Amino acid sequence: MSKKFWEELPQGSVVLEAGSSAKFKTGSWRSMRPRWIEENCIQCMFCWMYCPDMSVKVTEEGKRADFDFEYCKGCGICALECPGKKGNKAIVMEGEGN
Amino acid sequence: MGKIVAVTGNEACALALRQINPDVCAAYPITPATDLMQRFSGYVNDGKVDTELILVESEHSAMSACIGAAAAGGRVATATSSQGLALMWEMLYIAAGTRLPIVMPLVNRALSAPLNIHGDHSDGMGARDTGWIQLYSENAQEAYDNTIMAFRIAEHLDVRLPIMVCMDGFIVSHSIERVEYVDDADVKNFVGKFEAVHPLLDLENPKSYGPLILTDLYHEYKRAQHEVMTKVPAVIETVSAEFAKMTGREYNLFEKYRLEDAEIAIVVMSSAAGTTKDIIDQYREKGVKIGLLKPRMFRPFPFTEIAEALKHVKAIAVLDRADSFGGMGPLYSEIAACVMQMDSKPAVTNKIFGLGGRDYLPDQAEYVIDELIEIAKSGKVKTVKEYIGVRE
Ligand code: SF4
Ligand code: SF4
Repeated sequence: MSKKFWEELPQGSVVLEAGSSAKFKTGSWRSMRPRWIEENCIQCMFCWMYCPDMSVKVTEEGKRADFDFEYCKGCGICALECPGKKGNKAIVMEGEGN
Repeated sequence: MGKIVAVTGNEACALALRQINPDVCAAYPITPATDLMQRFSGYVNDGKVDTELILVESEHSAMSACIGAAAAGGRVATATSSQGLALMWEMLYIAAGTRLPIVMPLVNRALSAPLNIHGDHSDGMGARDTGWIQLYSENAQEAYDNTIMAFRIAEHLDVRLPIMVCMDGFIVSHSIERVEYVDDADVKNFVGKFEAVHPLLDLENPKSYGPLILTDLYHEYKRAQHEVMTKVPAVIETVSAEFAKMTGREYNLFEKYRLEDAEIAIVVMSSAAGTTKDIIDQYREKGVKIGLLKPRMFRPFPFTEIAEALKHVKAIAVLDRADSFGGMGPLYSEIAACVMQMDSKPAVTNKIFGLGGRDYLPDQAEYVIDELIEIAKSGKVKTVKEYIGVRE
């Protein structure tokens, strides 16, 4: 983020640039990393819906793709919500250092 | 000249809001401001205004809805009092920090506990650091006039800040007084068309309100907020001068009453200034050189101008209708800061009066003036902070 002087700030801290949150990469916050196990995935898209960021990528055909680790903060919500196939989760959380 | 009527302060402010016809008004009832918004909702019901009236479940929601509507790009007003203002507290800072020109008549009332519905300045003083502009009114006429001017001040492109127009609960809000109205067309013309700045509803230019600003920029944002407050006095003076041209009624940042040649002075705000002026007249007849200074603009506070106006007096009594328990009265603290700028250092005392609607009676003003005469002679202050009009 550029370091502005107080005289240059936009009035009332309004952000005038649309979609600027894409510049805010939250991936560095992560200590846990979700792993996608494709064979257990039923394409329900719960993970995409529940992800608080924009870290579950979707293909042009609307299918679930892998994670976007530039944004994934490792919160684990996707893993918790994932129904998986026959009791086998399609997302598991693993320690970032492992 | 406008119509002359006999109305209450609430009635006059409700009429001002009708004349201004804001886009959105979100409100929740609280004594003694209830009657103001009730009258205004009558105008909404009767189709006298186009205002979208949002009836919410609390004052926190009222201010939240006002913030949303103002960010969307509307001219917005509400009104409240006491606990209602207290419940708005966190949203007040957001309105100011986001630079949204919301206009809010504040009918000053005491804060609980003990529960009390009558007038004092505890509510307004509690909100003095929120970043809102505050104007205090002596009577219904001033409350009405200030409400009209408030839109111009808040919406001025150099300002864009929310503003409270304060009047004393019951003493002004519910007492019938002579008020001279401004004609509808003149008010409309005076206030002008609302100019939205960065409206959310401008869908061609998407934007975000309320971002997270951390250690790298928060301090700078607050510095910018301080700066905009320094521009407010000049805007108030310009708007007031224009208003005087239209109505003949003069307003400044503060009022001086028989102060030019005074040796002692009382500083007091709002309705108590009226009583004080009467007693000053009586003492003047006896040859006592006493004057009064009544701040109208409390936020921002005109330190330099007030220091200049009081620098020739020997002793000052500052009357606060609110207390900062364990500290000094809020108005006293400001006047003491003014005195610090003077080469001559008049003696200053602080009297706490009229809490919870306790009547401010002539004998209290006489007590204060008699003591000021003594202090001016001896140069000695016995008690700096004292409650007056209290049974003891
Ligand atoms: S761990 Fe959290 S941030 Fe990462 S993909 Fe799952 S839900 Fe999104
Ligand atoms: S929630 Fe699990 S099963 Fe559903 S799409 Fe995401 S990974 Fe696949």
